[in-house]
Amino acid sequence: MSLLTVRGLTASYGPSQALFGVDLAINEGEVLALMGRNGMGKSTTIKVICGMLAASDGVLEFAGSDLRRLKSHQIARLGIGLVPEGRRCFAPLTVEENLTAAARPGDWDFAKVAQLFPRLAERRTQKAASLSGGEQQMLAIGRALMTNPRLLILDEATEGLAPVVRQEIWAAIAQLKSQTGMSILVVDKTLKELAQIADHAVILNRGQSVWTGRMDALTPDLTDQYLGV
Amino acid sequence: MGRERLFNAAMLLALLAVPLLAWGLQEPFIITLATKVAILALAGVGLNIALGLGGLVSLGHAAFFGIGGYAMGTLASHAQNYEPLFSWPFLFEGSNQMPLIWLTAVLASASGALVIGALSLRTSGVYFIMITLAFCQMLYYFAISWSAYGGEDGLSIWVRNEMPGLNTLDPIQFFAVAFGVLCLALWFSARLARSAFGLALSAARQSEERVETVGLAPFKLRLVAFVISGPITGLAGALFADLNRFVSPTMLSWHTSGEIMIFVILGGVGRLYGPLVGAAVYILLEHLLGGISEYWQIFLGLLLLGMVLFARGGLIGAPVGSGGGA
Repeated sequence: MSLLTVRGLTASYGPSQALFGVDLAINEGEVLALMGRNGMGKSTTIKVICGMLAASDGVLEFAGSDLRRLKSHQIARLGIGLVPEGRRCFAPLTVEENLTAAARPGDWDFAKVAQLFPRLAERRTQKAASLSGGEQQMLAIGRALMTNPRLLILDEATEGLAPVVRQEIWAAIAQLKSQTGMSILVVDKTLKELAQIADHAVILNRGQSVWTGRMDALTPDLTDQYLGV
Repeated sequence: MGRERLFNAAMLLALLAVPLLAWGLQEPFIITLATKVAILALAGVGLNIALGLGGLVSLGHAAFFGIGGYAMGTLASHAQNYEPLFSWPFLFEGSNQMPLIWLTAVLASASGALVIGALSLRTSGVYFIMITLAFCQMLYYFAISWSAYGGEDGLSIWVRNEMPGLNTLDPIQFFAVAFGVLCLALWFSARLARSAFGLALSAARQSEERVETVGLAPFKLRLVAFVISGPITGLAGALFADLNRFVSPTMLSWHTSGEIMIFVILGGVGRLYGPLVGAAVYILLEHLLGGISEYWQIFLGLLLLGMVLFARGGLIGAPVGSGGGA
């Protein structure tokens, strides 16, 4: 049984329908890439999974619980950690305070996050607002890890970052996969890095899943058709 | 030690030194003024948890101040008149013992905060302000019509309540009680602000959505903060009523809510010692300018206007900088 099952998911922003039938499934320890051009429904799908936008129809289950009946914070408590698009740290709080505010019982604590991102340990007492974009992204990932999730969702985690920092983030995600066996749902536009880390992929086009398969089965034709600019 | 900590320590020492000096100079009135500052600062420390940490602009904290005051008034009036407060399930003739009065004040104002908070926190912004104000005014008019406890005229208590081991009629000893309680509240408030709960509350003030994505419920965080905040202000109400040996509906009026908020804003919203600085300046202005003109609050208004427009960090912000916080 999948850890997360999404089937026939539809959702709307007021009168505007954004999702027309999204299907995806993630198993324990698996990394799934959710791909598609801008505006195809990737972030909306994540918003619905995390309870920030109500689903109109479809199946949405996590570890046997129906997520459609739950509020955002209840979904997070079930074990879904979100790294939102645009980082969004608690700007006036320090690095340590950001992590402490989110902490939930489990394996992940400040020391473990600092091991994954040593730069956060160096910036421990620094306000989040004064961090660089890359450091803020590390903090956003660390904050999500402090909730001790079973599924980590990364929404455009490397967007707008310098190539060197992007590599650092990807290395950390790879480390998470190999060392913790955490399930990860990752939304990103960088196909090369996704190909190295993801086991499976789902392509969204106009709010619908149009392709699902193993990452290594993704052909140039498919990428041209659905992911090319 | 940071500049704000040094400033805070200096303020606390000043509050301790002034009445001690007045005691040496046989100036009991000054000691009473310092006691008033300590008690009103305590009321502000309560509001500062809701307002400074949680971003909850409550215009109803006089409700808790008044509940604390009436908790003292009710218990003490029955004790002084030897009239049972209730006779079932056991006979209880009120009490003039501060610890029992404080416990009653804290429990009553916490219950009030739970009810008011549970209903008010379903709204936000201007609606939250109006609902807290409405609850406060409901209690105000209830107190006016509560003739058994003095109604509009209020209720006088002939003797000051007792604290084991102390002579509370001695101004310096009563100051020591109020100062001790204030120090405890400040310590608790500082611990709370640095705790995981305090940080989560502060985070919820910045973004509800972000807090929810880490599994925290903003409503619950705010309700707990409100229920912690209310009893501290309630305890201040019990002490204030004891200081004056009088309790009246004025303690529940929206003017009182406004005054408590002024202490917090003057000192600096979210600053741990903001309410102490705010209350001290307020009492100082009232004492110094009140003798010159009965319209002294015009000057207070100008000061407040200046604070809001030019010094968001409050009076503490000027000497220590705009950072800081609780």
